[in-house]
Amino acid sequence: MKDRIKLTDMSRQDRKPLTHLENEDLMPLPYPLDSPEKDHAWAILSEKVTGSVECGLDDTCAINIPQPKTKEEEDELVRKFLAGLDKLFTRENNWTFLQPLVLSMEHCAKCQTCSQACHIFEASGNDELYRPTFRSELVRRLYFKSVKHGGALSAWQHGDIEINWPLVARLAELAYRCNLCRRCAQTCPIGADNGLVAHELRKLFSQELGINAKECHDNGSVLQLKVGSSTGMSSLVVKDNIEFIDEDMMDRTGIKVETPWDVEGADVLLIHNAGEILAWPENPGAFALVLSAAGIKWTLSSELAGYDSINYGLWYDDAQFARVAIKHAQAAKKLGVKKIVLGECGHAHKALSVIADRVLTGDLNIPRESSMTLLRDIVMNGRLTLDPSRNAFPVTLHDPCNLVRLMGVVEPQREIVRKICPEFREMEPHGVDNYCCGGGSGFAIMSGNNFQDWRFHVSGRKKMEQVLNAFADCMDPSINKYICAPCSNCKGQFRDMLAYYDLWNKNRILYGGLVELIVNCMVDAKPGFIDWEWH
Amino acid sequence: MSVLVYLALGAGTAVFAVATAARAWMYARAPIHLRWELYPVPHEDPEKVKHGGSYFEDKDWWTRKRHYNLAGELRVMVPEMLFLKALREFNRKLWYRSFPFHFGLYILAGTCGLVFVAAVAGLAAPALMAGPLGTILQWVYTVSGVAGMALAMVGAVGLLHRRLTDADLKTYTTAGDVFNLLFFLVAFGVLTAGILLRSPGDPSVVALVQGLLTFDRTLQVPGLLAAGIVLCALLAAYIPLTHMSHFVGKYFTYHDVRWNDQVNLRGSAIEAKLTEYLTYRPNWSAAHVGADGKRTWADIATTNPWEGAKK
Repeated sequence: MKDRIKLTDMSRQDRKPLTHLENEDLMPLPYPLDSPEKDHAWAILSEKVTGSVECGLDDTCAINIPQPKTKEEEDELVRKFLAGLDKLFTRENNWTFLQPLVLSMEHCAKCQTCSQACHIFEASGNDELYRPTFRSELVRRLYFKSVKHGGALSAWQHGDIEINWPLVARLAELAYRCNLCRRCAQTCPIGADNGLVAHELRKLFSQELGINAKECHDNGSVLQLKVGSSTGMSSLVVKDNIEFIDEDMMDRTGIKVETPWDVEGADVLLIHNAGEILAWPENPGAFALVLSAAGIKWTLSSELAGYDSINYGLWYDDAQFARVAIKHAQAAKKLGVKKIVLGECGHAHKALSVIADRVLTGDLNIPRESSMTLLRDIVMNGRLTLDPSRNAFPVTLHDPCNLVRLMGVVEPQREIVRKICPEFREMEPHGVDNYCCGGGSGFAIMSGNNFQDWRFHVSGRKKMEQVLNAFADCMDPSINKYICAPCSNCKGQFRDMLAYYDLWNKNRILYGGLVELIVNCMVDAKPGFIDWEWH
Repeated sequence: MSVLVYLALGAGTAVFAVATAARAWMYARAPIHLRWELYPVPHEDPEKVKHGGSYFEDKDWWTRKRHYNLAGELRVMVPEMLFLKALREFNRKLWYRSFPFHFGLYILAGTCGLVFVAAVAGLAAPALMAGPLGTILQWVYTVSGVAGMALAMVGAVGLLHRRLTDADLKTYTTAGDVFNLLFFLVAFGVLTAGILLRSPGDPSVVALVQGLLTFDRTLQVPGLLAAGIVLCALLAAYIPLTHMSHFVGKYFTYHDVRWNDQVNLRGSAIEAKLTEYLTYRPNWSAAHVGADGKRTWADIATTNPWEGAKK
C-alpha cells in the first residue's frame, strides 16, 4: 500500500513527484476495459521536460512552469504568489468571487463529505493528492497564515504550512487537476466549494504571475481576441468554411441550406463554438438546416469573436473572461438581434448566460438563451416532420456540467431525445448529479507532455464507466451506439477517449451532438445523415 | 463567586452575539459576486425543482414571470438545519456522530431559552410559577437539558474518536480541531457535574439566572457549578471566532451563492452595484491584464490588447 501523502509534502524541496499511479491503482472499469494489465501504459515525462519545467506533483505536467534558475528567482516568484493571494481577498481586485471564496476559506469543517463525490479522487483509487479538500486545505492554511497574518495561535488552530517555491509550483499544477465541475460543492453540508478554490488559484497564477495553460490562454482567449476565434479562423476563413458546410449539407440531405451572415434585426444570433466548424462541421450544418426549416429568422455574426462562443477565461482569468463576453455582446448589439442563442457548447452557455449576467450592463445586457430550449420548442411543437424510427439505435445522453448542474438546463434536451430516439437510455447518475466527461475546465483541449494519459486514465475514467454501463446490454459491435453530447468540449473528450480505448472499432460506440439526431430523423432529409463513420 | 459567574455569563453572551453579528455583517457587506449557483435551486418552479431545472429551460425566459417558491426553500432548509440532511445523504458514518452533537446543541439552546423564561416568569409572577405551570416548565427544561447534554456529549465523543482514528480525517485534523471538541466535552462535563453534585441548599439553575437578572450578589454558587458556567460562557464566546460559526456562514453559502440565481435586469439594483464595482481599480501584476491601479475594471474589460495585432 502506498504511503499517504501529507499536506506538508507539498513543500518538499526535491522535484520528485509526490505520487505515481499505476493502472492497477485506478478505479476498475467494466467490460471491455476490465483488465488493467491490458490498459495502455502511461507515457513517461522526458528528461528534457523534468529537467526544465516544474513537474514535482505527479505523473504529468499541465502548465510547464520553467524551473527558476536561482534562489532569488524562486523567492521573487513566491513573493508574487503571496501578493496575488492577498489580492484574491480584496474588493478592488476580486469583487467577482470574494464572498464565496471567503466563505469557503472560513467554514470548511474538514468532514471529507465532498471526497466521494469527486470523480477524479475516485478514479485515481482515492489518491490523497486528488482529494478535493487537499488543494483547498493548503490554500486555507496559506490564507490564515499569509493573508490574515496568523501567528502561532492561528497555526495551532488552522494548521501550518511551509511557504516555499516547491509548494507554490506544485499548487499551480494542482489547480489543473480539477475539472471545476463542482460536484463536490453540491454535497458539502456547509456549502464550501473546492471547485471555486481551484478556479481562484488558477486566477491568481494567471492574473498575478502570468502562469496559465497555454492551450487556454495563448492559443485560446488571446488568439480569440486577436483574430476572432481560438481556432485561428478569421472572419473570412470562417465564412468560407461555412459555405463549404452548406454545400455539404445539400449533398448529404438534399435540402438547400444557406447560412445567413450579419443579418441586422434578426430574431436570433446563433453563436457556435468555432471548434465545431472545423472538427464537427455536421453540427453547425445541422443547426443551419433545422433553424431554416423551422422558419427562424436567424444569423451568424462575422464580428471579432462573434462567431466563436468559447470563453476560456471562465476557467482561469476574470479579465480575459470579461473581454470575450463583452465582444459577444457587442456583436449582438451591433446587429440589433432580439436574442443570442448559444450552440452546443456547455462552457459557452454558462459563461455568457450565467457568469456574464453580472458583467454585462446597460445595452450590452442582451437576452441569452440555450439552443436546447430553442430546439425543444422546434421539435416538440411539430415544426419539423420527424421519423424517430430513423434513430432506432441505442442512444445515451451526456449532461455537460456547465449546462446542467451549473445552469439548470436539464429537461429540454431530454424531451427531444425521448421523442426522437426510441432506444434512449440514461446514464446513472444523470441530470444535476451527472459526472463530468473528464475534459471540463480546459482539459479537453490540453494535451501537452503526457497530460492526455492523465485525463484518459483519471479525469475521464468515471464517465467512461458510465458510458460502458449505459451500453452494457448492447456492446456487440454489430450494434451501432451513440453518445449524445451537446457540448463541444465534452465531444472532444469523448472523441479522444473512444479513440484511445478503440471503442469505435471494437464496439461501435460513436459520439455526436443533439442537433445531428434531429436532422437524422427529418423526413424531408435523405436518410443516413449520421453516417456511422469515425470523425 | 456569584459576581464572577454573572460577569462570565454576560460577557460570554455578549461576545457571542457581537462576534456572530460581526461575522454576518462581514459576509453581508461583501460585494455581489458573479453568479455561481448550483442546481437544483429549491425556490424555482416546483415542476423544475423535481429535476433540478432552472428558468433557463423556458423559451424567452426573460419575458416570463419569475418564481420564488419560499415553501420549496423551506422544504430543503428545515431538514438541512435540523437534521443535517446533506451529511446524512452523503456521509452517513459521520452523520451518526454529527447529528446527535448538533441536535443536542439545538436542544440545549432551547433549554437555555426555557430556563430564561422560567426565571423571568418566576420574578414577574412567582405565584404562577409556583403552580402546575411552573412544575411543567421545570420538567420540560430538565428533560430537554438532560437529553441535549447527553446527545451533545455522545456526539462530541463520537466526532473526536472519528477525527483521531479515521485516516481520511486525521490528515486534515489540527490541534485546534481536537481542542474544539475537547472544549465542548470539558465545558459540558463540568457543567453537568456542577448541576448534579449540588447540595440541597445550593441555588437552582433558574435561581442562578434570576440572580443574574437582579444582580443578586448574595447568591452562593458552588465552585464546580461556577466552573461549569464559566467554561460554557468561554465556549460561547469562542465559537463565533472559529470555523464552528458555520451556522452563520451556511446561510450565505446557501442563499447568496448556491441558490442565488437573481437576474441582473437593466436598471436594477444589481446593475447599479455592478456599475460601482466596474469603477474599482485593480492592481493585478500580469502584463496581459493591463491593470496599473489607475485603470478601472470597465477600462480593462473593454480594452482588447490584441485587436489589430497580427496572428
